[in-house]
Amino acid sequence: MNTLLSGAGVHSGNCEIMTNITAPALQFDQVSKYFGEVRAVDQADLDIRDGEFFSMLGPSGSGKTTCLRMIAGFERPTSGRILLHGQDVSSLPPYERNVNTVFQDYALFPHMNVEENIAYGLMVKQVPKAERLKRVEEMLELVRLAGFAKRKPSQLSGGQRQRVALARALINHPKVLLLDEPLGALDLKLRQQMQVELKALQQRVGITFIFVTHDQEEALTMSDRIALFNLGRIEQTGTPAEIYEHPATSFVAGFVGTSNLVTGDVAKRITGQEIIFSIRPEKIHLADLEAGVPQDSHSVDGVVRDVVYLGLYTRYLVELEGGGDLVVVEQNLKTTSMDVLKVKGKKVRLHWKKEHVREVGN
Amino acid sequence: MLQRVSTFLYLRPRMVLWLMLGPPLAYMFVVYLGSLINLLVYSFFYLEEFTGLVVREFSLRTYLESVNIANREIILRTSTMAAAVTLADALIAFPLAYYIAKFASPRLKTWLIISVTIPLWSSYLVRVYAWKLILAKEGILSWFVDLLHLSPLLDWLLRLPGIGGSSLSLSPLGMFVVFTYIWLPYMIIPIQTALERVPASLIEASSDLGAHPGQTFRTVILPLAFPGVVAGSIFTFSLTLGDFIVPLSLGNSKFFIGQAVYSYQGTGGNIPLAAAMTMGPVVIMILYLLIAKRLGAFDAL
Repeated sequence: MNTLLSGAGVHSGNCEIMTNITAPALQFDQVSKYFGEVRAVDQADLDIRDGEFFSMLGPSGSGKTTCLRMIAGFERPTSGRILLHGQDVSSLPPYERNVNTVFQDYALFPHMNVEENIAYGLMVKQVPKAERLKRVEEMLELVRLAGFAKRKPSQLSGGQRQRVALARALINHPKVLLLDEPLGALDLKLRQQMQVELKALQQRVGITFIFVTHDQEEALTMSDRIALFNLGRIEQTGTPAEIYEHPATSFVAGFVGTSNLVTGDVAKRITGQEIIFSIRPEKIHLADLEAGVPQDSHSVDGVVRDVVYLGLYTRYLVELEGGGDLVVVEQNLKTTSMDVLKVKGKKVRLHWKKEHVREVGN
Repeated sequence: MLQRVSTFLYLRPRMVLWLMLGPPLAYMFVVYLGSLINLLVYSFFYLEEFTGLVVREFSLRTYLESVNIANREIILRTSTMAAAVTLADALIAFPLAYYIAKFASPRLKTWLIISVTIPLWSSYLVRVYAWKLILAKEGILSWFVDLLHLSPLLDWLLRLPGIGGSSLSLSPLGMFVVFTYIWLPYMIIPIQTALERVPASLIEASSDLGAHPGQTFRTVILPLAFPGVVAGSIFTFSLTLGDFIVPLSLGNSKFFIGQAVYSYQGTGGNIPLAAAMTMGPVVIMILYLLIAKRLGAFDAL
């Protein structure tokens, strides 16, 4: 892939485009957006570094897409400022911002062929035709679609349309590329392949990518940093590992990966304190009742109520003594489906290291 | 019993298809195509001059007659009027349709569409006569023009050869105004439907890629709405070509195709010539559609 990409000659852009070396690529300063009574985005603060692959993750209706649309200029913030390389762009129309978008439905122009679609940004800026064609050629090579120039979008597969949409945006050398759930319409295999390609492409061209998704796995796979949105607010910003290992709130713990949230009496009985904590299913050990509990660990007994064999690993639902239940995941290193299914109904002892417990706020 | 019938039909899907398609297809072929073919056949017959009887023999005499100098003028006059009306309707309809499709709230949209189509509920004859009164020499329009001190301009327009006349209600200019009004809904609705189908994301994408609103309109909106404009223009153009009521009420002594057909088949009793004159608009529409296809009007369909 790298050899393919290196031949394409895309400007990395970092030096020539940047107006202010020290300013972040994109900054949100107390940005809010209300639609009538609804607070789609509520006082969001963000700093996105130059050249970063930044994901906005959250369930639908959490405000992530509205944020993206405000960066692109399709919506104007109700209050607050959006800074692009230090310049306030809050009130600029989309066509005066050096930002490009890859739309969820790709939004390719159906009456133009691939070449005309990709050249569109250059065409409206009256770039001479010869240069336009040369750059389209480079772009087609970059997204591995050489030879497709004369096709109409309707003659392309979903993955190919996706690449055309990418090329159409990247040909303008944007300061920031916005991607609105671009992989949502693709099937699983293609999606995983495109995740790898997108990440490689981003590193190659060096442009800041802002990627909106509701798929936590996608965000963890590709991002340098993630902002997690919920109900118009940013719950946490951090690297994938930080978000996964140190969830700041119970929402983050529940949304990213699976998490057991333990509250009330159960939590008190296990830890001896009045706290709410989360524990990842893969950190919990499933042991026999006679087994000893290692140092610095919590333990609790329960009955296995459900066993789901998933090939790579098995998921157990354990009902705890005195109420509540925990999900436990174990890799199938030595066991077979026959072995694990026998565990159902057995009494077991669960234990986990105290360091894996995350105390969370509400 | 009913169950046996449904089982019988379930096992024979092709039969169901023909049972459902048969009646409408038969109607299409017999009533629509049949009468058109009948017309075509009649246009190749001719009228025996002494007896005034139709001779049922294949001949091109009627066609030769239908393109004599007088009739050629009629065809040209009617086509020019149809083209002018179509152009005016397209120019008026587009902004209206654009507003309805892209800006109006759902509630307002319903009301606007109803108000566009409401005139179609009343008799077309009544509306033409209403316009005749509006455009009359002592009518409300000339009163209003006088109020604006623009009467000299109106008089100057009415003195222009070809479009003028003794008053607006008796001139090609008046006919143009009435035609444009009468067929406007037929232009608005198809354009609105076409614009409705242009996804908002395409317009956003265009502006995202740096296109100013004017560029977006020229390069994205207009090409995608063009099939709607063509559909609308088929209505306005062909309806103007065939109409005889407006020329009859507002025109002068110069005939339009509809009037010619009306008088040939009625008082003249020359059905073959009327049929041949009717083929004129059919041929013109076919040519028009071919040109529209060449211009790429149907590419985005």
